[in-house]
Amino acid sequence: MNQQTGTDRVKRGMAEMQKGGVIMDVINAEQAKIAEEAGAVAVMALERVPSDIRAAGGVARMADPTIVEEVVNAVSIPVMAKCRIGHIVEARVLETLGIDYIDESEVLTPADEEYHLDKRKFTVPFVCGARNLGEALRRIGEGASMLRTKGEPGTGNVVEAVRHMRLIQGQIRKVANMSEDELMTEAKNLQAPFELLLQIKEMGRLPVVNFAAGGIATPADAALMMELGSDGVFVGSGIFKSESPEKTAKAIVEATTHYQDYDLIAKLSKNLGTAMKGIEISSLQPSERMQDRGW
Amino acid sequence: MVKIGVLGLQGAVREHVKALEAKNAEIIVIKRVEELEGLDGLVIPGGESTTMRRLIDKYGFMEPLKQFAQQKPVFGTCAGLILLAKNIEGQDHAHLAVMDVTAKRNAFGRQRESFEATLNVKGVADDFVGVFIRAPYIIEVGEDVEVLATFNDHIVAARQGRFLSCAFHPELTDDDRMHQYFVQMVEEFK
Repeated sequence: MNQQTGTDRVKRGMAEMQKGGVIMDVINAEQAKIAEEAGAVAVMALERVPSDIRAAGGVARMADPTIVEEVVNAVSIPVMAKCRIGHIVEARVLETLGIDYIDESEVLTPADEEYHLDKRKFTVPFVCGARNLGEALRRIGEGASMLRTKGEPGTGNVVEAVRHMRLIQGQIRKVANMSEDELMTEAKNLQAPFELLLQIKEMGRLPVVNFAAGGIATPADAALMMELGSDGVFVGSGIFKSESPEKTAKAIVEATTHYQDYDLIAKLSKNLGTAMKGIEISSLQPSERMQDRGW
Repeated sequence: MVKIGVLGLQGAVREHVKALEAKNAEIIVIKRVEELEGLDGLVIPGGESTTMRRLIDKYGFMEPLKQFAQQKPVFGTCAGLILLAKNIEGQDHAHLAVMDVTAKRNAFGRQRESFEATLNVKGVADDFVGVFIRAPYIIEVGEDVEVLATFNDHIVAARQGRFLSCAFHPELTDDDRMHQYFVQMVEEFK
């Protein structure tokens, strides 16, 4: 029949429609509605936001399907959800629940320390985190249809997201300017598929959308990530851990749209109340660094 | 040369710009109301219609866009179709409400059900690949609306005078014949 689901165009295209937008972490229907009302392009349904996962410790898993369904039924915008790295069954369960996008996420405790999911086998599209171009291209090679920086989730500290976005953008520029006979060596150095490097050289950018994530807490943080070349922004703990979530959510959406309008960002930043309390990255133990999960 | 704007509040803006740039047209990304001035036509891209509507309200685009649509050609894809529609099934209020069609949101289902299919688009091509992403379709059209394409008996592209809309995403393929069709519309209306 003349109808194909789950094609690259359909999966990557879904992420293209999210560009210039903000995707917000929510833990129930009420928060999902606040996010939709504020202008979020999608919500990420979770049992706990990253800063609470960090505080709680223990093993973090896929959210209870009850919460996921509650969020799906509350809003008309797309709903995403997280599965553990390499957890084939959690991913299949989320696909069955009708989730629009799955985040194979380092925020949850990895189920497999060696193998990420073979995401090409799924009809539902996946977003994955990356710290550098090699990692980004390995995930695309496995079938990810959208990328995001890993940042350091649940810290309210944007420094790691900045590091990852800067690095990835710089590495893309480098590849785009290489001659073709240099690409195989670069593929070896980056531990990335050669064909994807060829594609980057041709397009001058990644073949999928790349959002910023991990530590974004204020409108100015969101605008900064857009300035650095992000296609959009994920905000996790930054909204519902702030003093006034509704105002903060709206302000971050506007700052993302008009990231170079500094008058506007100044206005948006006024009287938002206390932002979430941040964590200095160097105070984290190696075992507390979520970005080092996955490869 | 005609001057065409792409509403740049959110969504697949870059792809529309790319598809139109290959044509004999000057392309401008519209983020502020003032920028509508002097345009000959406007594209409302795919994205999240709820989000776009919030931003349209926030930046006072509602009335200026309605006025623009009274005089100039507008092309809406996916979310753009929803924004143009006079009626939206299950909702009391439409958005710009300028094109005499009734749209049903997410009519083909969720992302899992999103698909691509070859379409016969009247006056454009009989082999046009439509990429449908959480797409709407049109369930009812007014008298002077011409149906340009259907899929499984659902209306997925239509034209009413200076309004063109489709439920799929021509900007996500390399086939720019829909965009060519719209540029011609704009040239005719100028």
